[in-house]
Amino acid sequence: MKKSINNTIPKSDVPLTPKDFESDQIIRWCPGCGNHMIVNSLKKVFAEIGYKKENYVVVSGIGCSSRLPYYVNSYGFHGIHGRANAIATGVKIANPKLSLWVATGDGDSLAIGGNHFIHVVRRNLDMNIILFNNQIYGLTKGQYSPTSPLGAVTKTSPYGTIEHPFTTGELVLGAQGTFFARSLDILVDLTTNVLFEAAEHDGTSVVEIFQNCVIFNDGAYSEITNKENRDDNVLIVEDGKPMIFGKNKDKGLVLNNFNLEVVTIGENGITEKDILVHDAKTPSPFIHLMLAKMHHPWVFGVIRNTPAPTYDDLMEEQISMVKAKSNIKCMDDLLNSGDTWEIKG
Amino acid sequence: MNEESKPMSGKKQVNDIVIKFVGDSGDGIQLSGNILADTLAHIGLDMATFPDFPAEVRAPRNTTFGVSGFQIHFSNKKVLTPGDEYDVLVCFNPASLKVNLKNVKQGGIIVVDSSNFTTRSIETAGYTSNPLEDNSLSNYTVLQIPASEMVININSDLDKKNAERTKNMFILGLLYNMFGFDLKPAINYINNKFKNKSQLIEANLKSLEHGYKYSETIENFPKFYLAKCELLPGKYRDIQGNVATAWGLMAAAEKAGLHLFIGSYPITPATEILVELSKHRELGVKTFQAEDEIAGITSAIGASFAGSLAATTTSGPGLSLKVEAMGLAVMTELPIVIVDVQRAGPSTGMPTKSEQADLYMSMFGRNGEAPIPIIAASSSVDCFFAAFEAAKIALEHMTPVILLSDGYIGLGSSVFRIPKMEDLPEIHPPFADPNVKYYPYERDEEWFVRKWAIPGTPGLQHRVGGLEKSHIYGEVTTDAKNHEKMVINREEKIKRIARKWPMQRITGPEDSDLLVVSWGGTKGQVEGAIQNLTAKGYKIAHTHFRYINPLPLNTHEILKSGKKVIVCELNRGQFANILRMNYQDIEFHQYNKVQGQPFTVKELENAFTELLNS
Repeated sequence: MKKSINNTIPKSDVPLTPKDFESDQIIRWCPGCGNHMIVNSLKKVFAEIGYKKENYVVVSGIGCSSRLPYYVNSYGFHGIHGRANAIATGVKIANPKLSLWVATGDGDSLAIGGNHFIHVVRRNLDMNIILFNNQIYGLTKGQYSPTSPLGAVTKTSPYGTIEHPFTTGELVLGAQGTFFARSLDILVDLTTNVLFEAAEHDGTSVVEIFQNCVIFNDGAYSEITNKENRDDNVLIVEDGKPMIFGKNKDKGLVLNNFNLEVVTIGENGITEKDILVHDAKTPSPFIHLMLAKMHHPWVFGVIRNTPAPTYDDLMEEQISMVKAKSNIKCMDDLLNSGDTWEIKG
Repeated sequence: MNEESKPMSGKKQVNDIVIKFVGDSGDGIQLSGNILADTLAHIGLDMATFPDFPAEVRAPRNTTFGVSGFQIHFSNKKVLTPGDEYDVLVCFNPASLKVNLKNVKQGGIIVVDSSNFTTRSIETAGYTSNPLEDNSLSNYTVLQIPASEMVININSDLDKKNAERTKNMFILGLLYNMFGFDLKPAINYINNKFKNKSQLIEANLKSLEHGYKYSETIENFPKFYLAKCELLPGKYRDIQGNVATAWGLMAAAEKAGLHLFIGSYPITPATEILVELSKHRELGVKTFQAEDEIAGITSAIGASFAGSLAATTTSGPGLSLKVEAMGLAVMTELPIVIVDVQRAGPSTGMPTKSEQADLYMSMFGRNGEAPIPIIAASSSVDCFFAAFEAAKIALEHMTPVILLSDGYIGLGSSVFRIPKMEDLPEIHPPFADPNVKYYPYERDEEWFVRKWAIPGTPGLQHRVGGLEKSHIYGEVTTDAKNHEKMVINREEKIKRIARKWPMQRITGPEDSDLLVVSWGGTKGQVEGAIQNLTAKGYKIAHTHFRYINPLPLNTHEILKSGKKVIVCELNRGQFANILRMNYQDIEFHQYNKVQGQPFTVKELENAFTELLNS
């Protein structure tokens, strides 16, 4: 059992299990879709966090990922294309005691809803954004997305895309994000862990999950996911631990001339002590950015987790402060304040 | 001015005065207007004010396009509008005279700061000769006051620039003598306004008092006298339309026992609503200045889902951006208030100028069958009550409601008889009962309204969204018959709101020769024209619409009462066409204006008499 979360959201009096969040809806995602694993992780995390059931809210936009609210038994809002983060902003400001989860995709949050995405991150509202990145538009059946690699052949790019893709982590950090983590749909335990840490983080947590679309973009992550060299391509970072990876746990990262470099322990006099220790909590985004942009290996786990005041807390604080100082306690006070005059009958 | 031939120690008695201050943005025009308005309030006169300013923040000096103004209409009787024509025009430069002269009454008074009628400023205004010398103003009483020069001399202890700034006070002092007002309220206002800046207070007061005295030295200085006021007894304040809208929403939230959430993006001329609401954290108002118009409305929908009274405020171009989300609010059947302070369009149009041309978009501007109730505020003060009512309908009927205001009533101010909160109607949102099994799209039989289940309430977990849902259960479905049923249910829900509206009323005879139809912010001008024509003996009646969708139940009956019917509106006939669509047996005449300006009483009188005599 993880350590418990401390904040103002009311806790359940009874222990919860993933079954408590089981919905009665038939899941309509394609068989083999990575989303099935993600929704299971989410139910597990909800149970583990242990807030009162009625305090979970899942908000989504449009896209395959955005069907998620129907598959979790909580309060849910299935919005319109790109607006999940803006809708969620209203929910959280209205009631900060809700545990808020946004299910969104690379199209929903990085294309049509890109503006809302960067602004919610900048404001640091306490909410958790699960961004399913499959590098394709699935629901509209296979057009390229803002994360499709340059040259990707899709229905709307039959000769290859001529667009440079976004890196989600880079956008998050550019928008002064306080929490960024990455997982892979098939790494169920990692997904569960990072979602828990996202919930624990007081602020906007973005969890990007590389998700395989079996129909329109199958194998987009095969370089990472194939069993033979997965271990050599995947670095799972943990705060306070050296960034070591590889089948034989002999590869690691060092900082060389302001760049991250992969080295092998035992070669050229490198020992474990030389390997860079991951510091998710450092305010400087410098190394976090390099980790988010790295391709060999790809970096997973919680890359950044730094404290900063949240919009919702500041709003509540400001309201209490102004209330305490003001003589105006109700509308009658306001209506009769300032310059008024009486006409006698 | 309705002059009555009863001289009182050389003063003409009047009931009604329109003054307009005009000049450059930096001439202290708004301040002069505000001080005068405050004094009028203390005397207990009724008034309406209207600021008129260019879109540019600080336009080049002495240009005609940089002229700003402040119009104030006061009377001892009920004031319906800020006035068509001015009894007194106060000009601080030639350009402002050039732009405003056409609206000065024949024989009216023109007060000019003659120190600023220099060769250069006269040329910049586009005059080929000095209007003060070429006899072009012979039909008016012109008072040439070298105000700038005088105040520089009076305040010789100050630097020239700061001394000159008090010229507006000099002229204001002169006006106070013209109307026999006591300087005391103005002195108090200045003392409060420049708190802790004793040098400024002293300079302004000196100029004010010197102006008052100076006027005594003017030969044949015109003086007027206003009789006592006839307003209803009560407590009053001055209120701007946009502030009234903000307060109406706040009052509704308090009455309903809900938090108020506002998601808005600044846009002229609606910005003041957001600005006003941002001040009221003391009453728990949560304002969210969104990253764009879309986030404004979608955050409001989110806040509504979470149980707040939620609103978004905007003007035409912003409403265009909110259209898709308005459909979402229709589909999810969540209460939100969408305030549109209309301005001249299309596109960005004329941001600071008024129009009523967003009616079609409010009625029809959505994909799918998506009816939304529409309420239109009819004056600056009515913005308070209309906003309150829009919120009440939204909350009790679980629907988005559009509140139409416009730049003219939104930015204008009028005298507000302060209501008591206990006198406003109750608001009872249809909250779901946590002890009863909840079905998101189960409706009550009378109003077709679904229940509101607030996140955080145990046992009411459910999902809503933009996709069509099954009747009662709220599951996603594309079932053909279900969709039709849901479309009709949503339509019926809005139709039934008409049963809550008060009956549409007629002012004037029940069998008029001409029935004048108006809606929204034009009410005052139309009432003014009808009063004048009724006094002349015409059989003319007026019906003013505040409830645009659905229309009041007796609308047809009312419209049939006139031998002729004319619909006047500040667009090309949008409401007239909506009425034609609904009442095909009636012939509707139209009077339309799209100049970014309100109707004048006079042009309406002309249009109505023409139709009456035809």
